[in-house]
Amino acid sequence: MPANIYGEILLDHYRYPRNFGTLPNPTIRVEGNNPLCGDEFSVDLNFEGDLLKEVRFNGRGCAISMASASMMTEIAEGKTVAELKEWIDRFKNFLRDGGISPEGVSMGELEALAGVAELPVRVKCALLAWTILENALQELAKK
Amino acid sequence: MRENSTTTKAQELREDFPILRTIVRGKPLIYLDSAATSQRPSQVLAAYCLFCQSHNANVHRGIHSLGEQATDRYEKARSKVAEFIGAPSNQTVAFTRGTTESINLVAYAYARKFLKAGDAIVLTPMEHHANLVPWQLVARDVGAELRFWPMTPDGTLDMTAADDMLQSPVKMVAITHVSNVLGTINPVREITARAHAIGAKVLIDGAQAVPHMTVNITEIGCDFYAFSGHKMCGPTGIGVLWGREELLEDMDPFMTGGEMIREVWLDHATWNDIPYKFEPGTPPIAEAVSLGAAVDYLTNAGMDWVEQHDREMVAHAMAALSAEEGVQIFGPRNGRGPIVSFNMEGIHPHDLATLLDQEGIAVRAGHHCAQPLMRWLDVPATARISFYIYNLPEEIDRLIDGMRKVKEVLTYAR
Repeated sequence: MPANIYGEILLDHYRYPRNFGTLPNPTIRVEGNNPLCGDEFSVDLNFEGDLLKEVRFNGRGCAISMASASMMTEIAEGKTVAELKEWIDRFKNFLRDGGISPEGVSMGELEALAGVAELPVRVKCALLAWTILENALQELAKK
Repeated sequence: MRENSTTTKAQELREDFPILRTIVRGKPLIYLDSAATSQRPSQVLAAYCLFCQSHNANVHRGIHSLGEQATDRYEKARSKVAEFIGAPSNQTVAFTRGTTESINLVAYAYARKFLKAGDAIVLTPMEHHANLVPWQLVARDVGAELRFWPMTPDGTLDMTAADDMLQSPVKMVAITHVSNVLGTINPVREITARAHAIGAKVLIDGAQAVPHMTVNITEIGCDFYAFSGHKMCGPTGIGVLWGREELLEDMDPFMTGGEMIREVWLDHATWNDIPYKFEPGTPPIAEAVSLGAAVDYLTNAGMDWVEQHDREMVAHAMAALSAEEGVQIFGPRNGRGPIVSFNMEGIHPHDLATLLDQEGIAVRAGHHCAQPLMRWLDVPATARISFYIYNLPEEIDRLIDGMRKVKEVLTYAR
């Protein structure tokens, strides 16, 4: 079986998603879905000023979208808005560039999603939670 | 399971399909997605090449010899199709780009002209988007109402609802012959008879039926019948709309341009005869000729044999899938077409499809262009396997092996 796609790290995040659930009074909650798969997530964000203090995601999805969402929450917590935007771009580029990390940058556990870059129809699964995060930041900016 | 009587012939026919020798990710391809598109035999590919190499010209235009040859072959293909579906005449068979265009043609050129505010259109919750969304737009544009035939829990139409469904002001009934998700075979003949009794017209989406069973539109008695070439060993880009002659005559064109026209002035025009009225521009000529070759191929294989082989494959698949723990099968247990949708407990169908692909097994996963049906089934998506003349029972056994591996990879006791 393809250890390169459904590897240990990905499966661990899928089986034991981190920061799964909701926040009682989030600064913002944004929902998103992927009609093609039927995947649906909500992402709750709690900001203190510019700093993302807490993040939760909720919903249902495939192993790739669940694992990617779980990893996203771990990376996002404690980051500033500017840093979050940087990570969103970095992850998008990572998938666009065939799952190869940019020079001098560690993608951390996200490297476990490198194999997804080879599966064009599944890239959107990996991006779902990140797109929701991006939409949340855009909505916050309007406030 | 008894020894498969149709397998020997399927094994022979496989030789005609070069693509089935493909190696996918190091494994021999197992193609279980023929409901999406079927593979094409060498005979059909050869017909396409021969036409392009030896007879290619535009149709119904040229005075020159090649133009005559092209027209002759294009019209022969129409005759073959007409005979294949039991059409009363060639002129009732219009070539389109596919089922989707055929249905849209009726929605635009018939329904928008003859339906009016207050009329009702009857559909089912198991329709492909292609036989749902065109009617949503008709309803919106003319002020008609959509009504949906209720289904029983096993995914068949509730025929006890027939009297409720078929009453004034229903003017149009549009239903699928065979569900592309559930495999359900609908009683289109009975529904047509009852719809006609209240003066409604009937369109049947035959995309999943014509490739797999003897379809005789005269026996069904419907008003319109739509299907595609690429699900029946033919090429993409060619499909058929069969329509009742007097209705086709009364309809305006769907698209206008060359070929469909008789006389043109600067400010108006008159239409060509049917079916040319519905074939504007240069049609997919080589594709139509190849569809004719596909009809020949299926006729030689024998549609009775095709049906029998489908039945044996489905029976084997249903038995094998039912025996697996945690597998939920959707649709009727019996009397279904060669399509089986299912889910594995705790496994998203997209993960299943991706992992099976690693084993060389091509299955479909998703909503199958039937989102309302997914809601009715209360699932986000399903996996789907579908069979055709070249599939073998051992391919299902390999699918089951693959599914067990997927289960090992994706689940374990917490």
